[in-house]
Amino acid sequence: MAADEEELSINEQAISASEDEEGSDDERKHKKLLEAIGSMGGRKRKKQNERSEASVQVSEYFVNAEGTGDKVNLSDLLGTVEKTSGASNKTKKQLRNLQSSKETLELPLNKQQTEKIQRGIAYEKTTAEVSCWKNIILQNQKAEQMVFPLNQESSGPKRVEQVVAGWKVQTPLEQEIFRLLHGSRQPVNDPVLTPVEEQSLKAMSLEEAKIRRAELQKARALQSYYEAKAKREKKIKSKKYHKVQNKAKRKDFLKQFDEMVKTNPEGALEELKKMELSRMEERMSLKHQNSGKWAKSKAIMAKYDDSARKAMQEQLQMNKDLTQKMVVPSDDEHESIEEGLETVPDFVNDPETVIDPVNPWMRGQLTHEEPEVSCVTAEEVQTAEEENEEEEIIGEFERKRKLRQADEEDLIPTEEEQPASEVVEEDVVEVSDKEEEEDEEEDVSEFNTLFRLMRSEKTPGEEDEEGLLSEGQIRVRSIEDLEVLDEVVEPRAIEEPSAPQTAAAEATSEPPHKKKREINLKEVLTKEAKAVRLPFLPTVVDEEERDEQISIIKEAFAGDDVISDFIKDKSRQEAAGRPAVVDLTLPGWGEWGGVGLKPPRWKRKRFRIKTAPPPPRQDQKLPDVIISEKRTASVASHQVSQLPFPFQNTAQFESSIRTPIGSTWNTQTVVKNMTKPKVVTKLGAIIEPMVKEDFIKSKTTSAGGKGAAIMLGENRRAKEGTKRSAEKHRGRRSQKRKK
Amino acid sequence: MKVKVLCRNPDDYVRETTRDIQRVPRNYDPTLHPFEVPREYTRALNATKLERVFAKPFVASLDGHRDGISCITKHAKSLSTIISGACDGEVKVWNLPRQECLRTVQAHEGFVRGICSRFCGTSFFTVGDDKTIKQWNWEAPGYGVREEPINTILGKAVFTGIDHHQREGTFVTCGQTVDIWDEQRSSPIRSFSWGVDSFSCVRYNPVETELLASCASDRSVVLYDTRESAPLRKVIMQLRSNTLCWNPMEAYYFTCANEDYNLYTYDIRHLDVPVTVHMDHVSAVLDVDYSPTGREFVSASFDKTIRIFPKDKGHSREVYHTKRMQHVICVRWSADNKYVLSGSDEMNIRLWKANASEKLGLLSAREKAATHYNKKLIEKFQHHPQVRRIARHRHLPGDILKQKRELREMREARRRKEQNVRKHSKPGSVPLLTEKEKHVVAVVE
Repeated sequence: MAADEEELSINEQAISASEDEEGSDDERKHKKLLEAIGSMGGRKRKKQNERSEASVQVSEYFVNAEGTGDKVNLSDLLGTVEKTSGASNKTKKQLRNLQSSKETLELPLNKQQTEKIQRGIAYEKTTAEVSCWKNIILQNQKAEQMVFPLNQESSGPKRVEQVVAGWKVQTPLEQEIFRLLHGSRQPVNDPVLTPVEEQSLKAMSLEEAKIRRAELQKARALQSYYEAKAKREKKIKSKKYHKVQNKAKRKDFLKQFDEMVKTNPEGALEELKKMELSRMEERMSLKHQNSGKWAKSKAIMAKYDDSARKAMQEQLQMNKDLTQKMVVPSDDEHESIEEGLETVPDFVNDPETVIDPVNPWMRGQLTHEEPEVSCVTAEEVQTAEEENEEEEIIGEFERKRKLRQADEEDLIPTEEEQPASEVVEEDVVEVSDKEEEEDEEEDVSEFNTLFRLMRSEKTPGEEDEEGLLSEGQIRVRSIEDLEVLDEVVEPRAIEEPSAPQTAAAEATSEPPHKKKREINLKEVLTKEAKAVRLPFLPTVVDEEERDEQISIIKEAFAGDDVISDFIKDKSRQEAAGRPAVVDLTLPGWGEWGGVGLKPPRWKRKRFRIKTAPPPPRQDQKLPDVIISEKRTASVASHQVSQLPFPFQNTAQFESSIRTPIGSTWNTQTVVKNMTKPKVVTKLGAIIEPMVKEDFIKSKTTSAGGKGAAIMLGENRRAKEGTKRSAEKHRGRRSQKRKK
Repeated sequence: MKVKVLCRNPDDYVRETTRDIQRVPRNYDPTLHPFEVPREYTRALNATKLERVFAKPFVASLDGHRDGISCITKHAKSLSTIISGACDGEVKVWNLPRQECLRTVQAHEGFVRGICSRFCGTSFFTVGDDKTIKQWNWEAPGYGVREEPINTILGKAVFTGIDHHQREGTFVTCGQTVDIWDEQRSSPIRSFSWGVDSFSCVRYNPVETELLASCASDRSVVLYDTRESAPLRKVIMQLRSNTLCWNPMEAYYFTCANEDYNLYTYDIRHLDVPVTVHMDHVSAVLDVDYSPTGREFVSASFDKTIRIFPKDKGHSREVYHTKRMQHVICVRWSADNKYVLSGSDEMNIRLWKANASEKLGLLSAREKAATHYNKKLIEKFQHHPQVRRIARHRHLPGDILKQKRELREMREARRRKEQNVRKHSKPGSVPLLTEKEKHVVAVVE
């Protein structure tokens, strides 16, 4: 070592000496010097392999193997193998072959590339793992409502098992019980199969297990279907359904009974006794006696309603059947019918006690007589009530809204329609009773509904014949329509409404021709008043009042001829909308011009520019309506000008707007549902991030179980994948990269 | 003359007992309500106006630091406690409802670069410019006892960020390398580096807890898996990302706050194109934090504003600023999804409501129903121009507005230029890039 140090010192001196000279020669000289030193010592200088610091990171550039310069031959390594007797001949032979072969092994990939491959594999693995969240994330994004924190414990009552979990057996009795319980290996909690069953399942082959499982599933499904069916049937409120059901049962029973009599007389006797008992009970009870609440209500209705009457009678019939003696089914039938007739309470046939004939509110049953709805819809409302299900009602409402909107849209916007319809069906207006006076205020909508009410009130007698027309919302809009309508409507139907009117006109002692400027209906009315079928409602028309009414209206409109004004106005607007013809002919161009000379016809024809006619007016076919097609600026600022993004057509957007969500138009639960916020958080609760174990259970366990066995295959696949993607990527990015 | 009076059947409106709710007879038949849509529209308009009238997001300001706030973190188990670190090495523990400082610790010399709370809420970690990681107890020491860390680890280089694992006793720091530490050891159990000299931020994925992401100074965002020996992949963008935040409800999305005024939401399965580019800031975005529901995130910017973005929208739904708030350096969303905390250069921590017009405290059932109804109405009529105009209106300081206008002009000019280049070059040689594609330079495997 001492010699080494000397050498070093000499070395340094030499270097320092050489530094004084020119720098370009430095290296050459230094090399020479080193060589000289090397030859001087006669032995090779040991290289220092040193690590200055114990560190976690070791660079590949600082570490080198000892004796790097030497070349290692295979024989050096194999020398010992040849000598040892332990190695088998086979391996020796192989090694000798290897020695003789000249081929070299391929270089291992460099570090960068291996790392890249590793990274690729790792990335693929991670992405695959992360993708298992996809369904949950999508589901959460679509969810109508998310409640945070997720997975919070319910504050309600807990299941028994949860409560019991923390409790331990102490007394010997308890221990005994528990031993018994667990000894039987019955499932305590939810799982469907007992441990024994599970074991046996495991013992079976896969096919068997599958079949078995399918059977089990089927059985379970069948059971659940059956249960569901039973439940559903139990829930059905329809009396008719149960009636039919009971009847069927009874029939079955009778059949069985007949059989029984033959085969099992004792059983039959017992059954007979039972029947007798039930008969007695029936006789004792007031059931089916037309004395219940339902029966009373029906009794009230029976006056108007055939079906109610029938229902009552049916009930009585039932009573009769039940109280019938089984043995003698003979002549008391006749009696019972008479009884049934008797039991219909007398007041059914009484005339209605109307306190105030004009006031509909005093008639007691308000809900049945909302006559402004046409008959069909009224019936539908009733059915909806029967079903008593909110959703149905909502659906119904939605449908109505749509209908209404369609009505409005179709051709007639409501506001503009009203004056027209007022005029058109004036005969109807005149038939109104006194209520109408209040409605002459400007509240148009109210007027409209009342108006419809009156219209439907008007013709009580003809409901049978006019079944087809009763879908009252169809309006006659033009003359063509009217012609079509004429064929359908019988003359009587048209005449009848006009009859009272003429009578009224006579009564007012002001014949229509007397005043010149009075509105002449015949002049303008291009269509007949439509008779509408009405719900069953006693109409009370006070003759004097009606006459008064008519006279008032006539007076009010005496001065002005509204209708001809309207027609003029309309034609003016139509004319304004028509495009004007532009004449661009220049006289004197290309021919002689002057006084008295007209440009030739071809020229006039050529230079008169006709612009394309605008699309037909919306009110083109509506004689009594003006639809303004101008855009109103004040309204336009509140309107949506273009279809907003998520919607695909206007109908979609409109339907989203049409349904109201407020409590003014919806029941409480519906409002609650509709205004449900998307995200609900609990006040003062920390919202933890999702926990993987809670959401993805099976995946994690299976991934853990599989482990290394599948690893290799996956890796290979992953590697290929990365290579491919890498190439693709390079291709894509080559033009983009800037370095 | 006959006088006629309306009279009704008392059965329809009289309660049977006084305990019943009042009967409000109402006919929901739509034929009786011809003007429901206009009426609702009016209500929606009023609701929108009221929402804007009541939009007073600023709740409180916590002052006490003597230098700019560099980092804030929430207590893992308590909503009312937060810690903040300042640029002078001071760490303060705050009580939010009382709006006061509970405890002050001189934790480091130089900046406090990062703070993170342990998942169990018993201790927290700080890293600073003095190359140390210190673990502190959440409990303040008794009277007269010196504030001393439970544990101090001396590192070789400056640490710039720290984050703790969601459920285990490991944490990760970044600086020159990304190191994963065990709480029990004084040397990292693993460190990742990938040819970059420094990292500015590292975050654990709160859902897939073994995943990590970091922002590096070579403009890249690097992904790691702690179970693997090498990093997974990195995406290089045009400018550097300052911080990033994982979505706590959607495992594979993260959002990074970039120097180019934008935020980018990435899906880690498809790194070559960001899912959404969120643009509205007019200066570098310095911090970002997701709401615990994962629906929105809040970002802090050098332009002295904080903005709240819906996670899938390109523009912000809300912008908060005050006259005195300077560059906002850090921002956090409270764990109950109600508040936003921002720490800024001028030594204050500000508490904002996450929903500007929300009424604080308990609401009665009717109030709740009304707010829900109003919210739904605004949502329903959101496309109507008047409603939209009012709902969208925000006040912005003049200089930000000016900058915004300037930026728009610049963007427009750039677009025009590109169009011209495309027009005058061979067809297909200048590809049409979408906004999303523009900002990613390369994805490195």
